[in-house]
Amino acid sequence: MSLFQYDFMIRALVGALVIGLTAPALGVYLVQRRLSLIGDGVGHVALTGVGVGLLLDRSPVITAVIVSALGAVAIELIRERGRTSGDLALALLFYGGIAGGVMLVGLSHNSSNANLMAYLFGSLTTTSPADLVVIVVLALVVLVAMIALRPALFAICHDEEYARVSGLPVRALNLLLAVTTAVTVTIAMRAVGLLLISALMVVPVATAQQLTRGFLSTMAAAMGLGLLASGSGVWLAGTVNTALGATIVVLAIAMFLAVAVAAAARRALRRPAVPAPAAAEVHPPEVVLER
Amino acid sequence: MTPSNDSVISVRHGAVAYDGRPVLRDVSLTVTAGEVIAVLGANGSGKSTLIRAILGLVPLAGGSVELFGTPLRPRSRALRRQWARIGYVPQRLGAGSGVPATVAEVVGSGRLARRGILRPPGAADREAVTAALRAVGLADRAADPVATLSGGQQQRTLIARALAGQPELLVLDEPTAGVDANSQEAFADALRGFISGGGTVLLVAHELGPLASLISRCVVVHEGRIAHEGGVPRPAGHHAEPGHDHVHPHGPGDEPVGLCS
Repeated sequence: MSLFQYDFMIRALVGALVIGLTAPALGVYLVQRRLSLIGDGVGHVALTGVGVGLLLDRSPVITAVIVSALGAVAIELIRERGRTSGDLALALLFYGGIAGGVMLVGLSHNSSNANLMAYLFGSLTTTSPADLVVIVVLALVVLVAMIALRPALFAICHDEEYARVSGLPVRALNLLLAVTTAVTVTIAMRAVGLLLISALMVVPVATAQQLTRGFLSTMAAAMGLGLLASGSGVWLAGTVNTALGATIVVLAIAMFLAVAVAAAARRALRRPAVPAPAAAEVHPPEVVLER
Repeated sequence: MTPSNDSVISVRHGAVAYDGRPVLRDVSLTVTAGEVIAVLGANGSGKSTLIRAILGLVPLAGGSVELFGTPLRPRSRALRRQWARIGYVPQRLGAGSGVPATVAEVVGSGRLARRGILRPPGAADREAVTAALRAVGLADRAADPVATLSGGQQQRTLIARALAGQPELLVLDEPTAGVDANSQEAFADALRGFISGGGTVLLVAHELGPLASLISRCVVVHEGRIAHEGGVPRPAGHHAEPGHDHVHPHGPGDEPVGLCS
């Protein structure tokens, strides 16, 4: 394919695929915990980190990881308290994050609208080989953590009190989720941009769970859909010359709509054929319990 | 007083307050291995708070709690080993999560205390999950999403999750509240199996229903204090009839007096 004869397109493809696989693997826990928009909030805070990096002439990716990790930990500690004022505190953090970012980017000497837009909406085609290595390594760390700790993370997201009584290190795991959210947001800002990253964490999960019955199958399907959306997004964006991040997100949402319509149609067709589900409760329970 | 070796739970002068409002005042309770204790009381009496304090889910304002002879303290290393000996059955599955989960996946969480968070599940874990599902009569629903189960079946999923960890102590918060008669019987049978294996049980209930015959001691909590401790009387009148379905609306301040002698 002529599109991929350029190195920068190959790098864009690799970056997009890695992020398309990683973001839903983390997102499935965020959706389960009903924190679908947390990625968006952390993205806002990350912009302040980008501003700090540009101002200090450091790598904006590294300062963004640090600042957004601090922001994510702050959000988690507010959530843990469970106070209603947490809602307001989150709003302060989000808007403070984006406003601070825009101001700091403006103050830096290499400020330009294009620079700001690259972080807000992504610019994977300008990714350098060194950037790509950072993206791939960090994404692999996040991916391994999400897969290896799945039973424990599932337990804390599904029923936090039960996890506590199981003696799990609930706070450490919550903070791990917060920090991996920050890392994922920051590496994905090159691909889809800070304002759209949350979509890549959440939309494939929303699509997958219309078809799946369990958590593991939802996670696997969401990762597959994320991979599909980002791969086809790179191809489509290169072919019709649209913004890469927006194209990936539009494709992910198109998949969601297609599956939603198909699932609704299937339900409508099936409903009359299914007998009332009364049979399950009538079975006499078998009771054999060995301790 | 030092607790004897078979002391499973020991609460001494336990007090809990929410925002300065006392909910439990000076409660002392000792549970020894093999006992089956029902904590009874009206809504708002503090009975659920008592077991939540025992499990460390609400902080104590005063007094002390020991589990298997180990003092309950936040992030205690010594205590971490004791959690695997406890199976907790909450009142209901949380508000429900955004992502579907199968019955077997939820029950599998019960293995974490025993296995630790880093080791992947193995054959022993799968066997324990299957055995626990069989014990509550849900073996055929293992692959179904929990959200498609009835309230009673979800409650049985939660007891299976606790049983899957092969605990020595089961702590249950209102296990039969709002549960259909079929599930109540399945629940009682599962509990009977656990008790005959030498297990210890602490359960909170508004009324005992089919569980009454299993209880060895009743504790009645009233306005944050233990108002009564004793045995369980036999159900009388139409309550004693087989198949009696106890259905009546409960109002606040409704007390299950008469359940304990």
